[in-house]
Amino acid sequence: MSLLQLEDVTRTVLPPDQPALTILNGVDLTVEPGDRISIVGRSGSGKSTLLNLMGLLDVPTSGLLSFDGKPVKSYSGAARDRVRGAQIGFIFQQFNLLPGRTALENVAMPLLYAEGRQFWRRRALAAGMLEQVGLGHRVDSMPDRLSGGEQQRVAIARSLVRGPRLILADEPTGALDLDTGQSVMELIDEVATGTGAALVTITHDPAIARRARDHFRLDRGVLTRAEVLA
Amino acid sequence: MKRMLTGFVGAVLEAWQELRVHRTRVLLSLIGVAVAVCSLTTVVALGGIVQQANEELSERSSGRPATLYLSAYTNDGSAVDAETMDSTWAETLARYDIRYGSRVMQGGELVPFVTGAANVGVQAVDQPYGDMHRVKVSEGSWFAPGDEELLAPPLVVNEVFWDRLGRPDLQTHPVVRLGGEDGTTAVVVGVYPAAGWETEPAMYLLAGDYQAMREADPAGSAVDPSGFGGGQTQYEMWVPPEISDQLTEVLKRDFTAALGDGAQVDVFRQDYAQFGDDPFLVTKLVVGGIAVLVLLLGALGLVNIALVTVKQRVREIGIRRSFGATAGRVFFAVMMESVVATIAAGAVGVVAAVLLVQNPVTMEFVGQGMVSDFPPFPAEAALLGLLAATVVGALAGLLPALVAVRVKVIDAIRY
Repeated sequence: MSLLQLEDVTRTVLPPDQPALTILNGVDLTVEPGDRISIVGRSGSGKSTLLNLMGLLDVPTSGLLSFDGKPVKSYSGAARDRVRGAQIGFIFQQFNLLPGRTALENVAMPLLYAEGRQFWRRRALAAGMLEQVGLGHRVDSMPDRLSGGEQQRVAIARSLVRGPRLILADEPTGALDLDTGQSVMELIDEVATGTGAALVTITHDPAIARRARDHFRLDRGVLTRAEVLA
Repeated sequence: MKRMLTGFVGAVLEAWQELRVHRTRVLLSLIGVAVAVCSLTTVVALGGIVQQANEELSERSSGRPATLYLSAYTNDGSAVDAETMDSTWAETLARYDIRYGSRVMQGGELVPFVTGAANVGVQAVDQPYGDMHRVKVSEGSWFAPGDEELLAPPLVVNEVFWDRLGRPDLQTHPVVRLGGEDGTTAVVVGVYPAAGWETEPAMYLLAGDYQAMREADPAGSAVDPSGFGGGQTQYEMWVPPEISDQLTEVLKRDFTAALGDGAQVDVFRQDYAQFGDDPFLVTKLVVGGIAVLVLLLGALGLVNIALVTVKQRVREIGIRRSFGATAGRVFFAVMMESVVATIAAGAVGVVAAVLLVQNPVTMEFVGQGMVSDFPPFPAEAALLGLLAATVVGALAGLLPALVAVRVKVIDAIRY
């Protein structure tokens, strides 16, 4: 069974006083456990909208979007939130760490929405995750005291702390220099491989995209497989 | 159940983290709430004291609810037989077990002070009058039961009188010659504070003693014409309000029967509660209006800060949503921050109000020396303060919570 499946997905929005605008048009994509997928596209090509749909933050206007074989439209809003929290991890370009919270508190944040053992042992789990990304010595550091690379490592630890089956990375190296970007991608690959999670990277950087096994190009809302990336 | 428990604990932890991270902003907004709650509670509590002062002032002049006044006159204008009146009065008090009853006579007596003799207003009353009219004694004591048997009539004088005597120690039983050289020697047993407008000496005498002095000296020291309005005796009773109407009819009937057909008897209430309506309704409405206004201003300030804060937190809310926070959880956490914080601020405000209201300086200022039974800090004011804080917290949290729930996650993250 596919982890995530999009079949002929269309997403249309209605801007005020303007005709309907189609952002995504007939998108087909299947994500299996352990997949490494890259999606490249220019600004305005619909990457963010696709990310919203894949992250269960939005529902398609038409077509089928299913997670774990179950149509997303059949989930209630809260159920979708819970599935997202437990099964999907986000890595953002701007890291999006919570200011005023330590690295440990940032990594433990998703566990506040977990239940049972994950909730009650959140600090230990977060500390272990930080250790895994090489930041065991910075648990009490505030985000503004960390370098860009360290902040992204904290963000990676946060996205993986609940053991997601799907990692969505939105321009994960966009705010980092070349070398740091490479090492961060290596880390993401390594941790995703370690947990068996599928990794979908949305980027406009061909070098980052080449690290994936399956490559797609999004152009004006249409997703096509790209055999060779330029 | 497990989900509810972890959800609740998680929301509390989130709220706590939020309060800790934004402590300066929280503290500033809470100062406003604490001041508003303190103002509300103080105004309500002071309103209670002002009301008590008004009640006591009314009770001093016209008695406590329900005070019945009885007077009699004849249709032909001749004087009502005083002996019959007094005996009927005594029988009536005994028959209906009325424990608080007093005759009241106004008059005057010549009193020799060091600075010269002066005509001093006399209010001749029976011993229960002190309780009936809340006569507050600052020195010595009010008349005791059986004082009419004393050979030297006891006097309770006002402070002006006492000042003119040179403020003697009452333990030394200072005496005053009433009615000039051939008059009666009286002993000052108590002093009551003079109201701000009282500049002349005045005194209370027991009605029995006053009548005896009048009988011994029918000329009455010739001071009545000076304008103290002596002569007519009034009869007052302090009775339970619920039986006052019934008692009015019964007294009228009994006294008419005792005095004969030619007499007309009037029994009526004159205390502040005689009309049944709340005489302090206007005071309460004004006080309540001010309190609500104060609270409204505090709430507006809080809502303002909370809304601005939530708009600054749009990105954070988006991040939390992307990591699994449900809309309900975000709503609850934002509400929780507001409610928990305002309850804490409300408690601080209430404590400040108690300290403000229950200190001697405030009490003296508000009571103006007219309140003898200062009410304790009204529990309802404290509860109202806490309740108001909670409601303000909930209302102030509601708008930001609704705004927080409507945050579009991806837009927020890219904000």
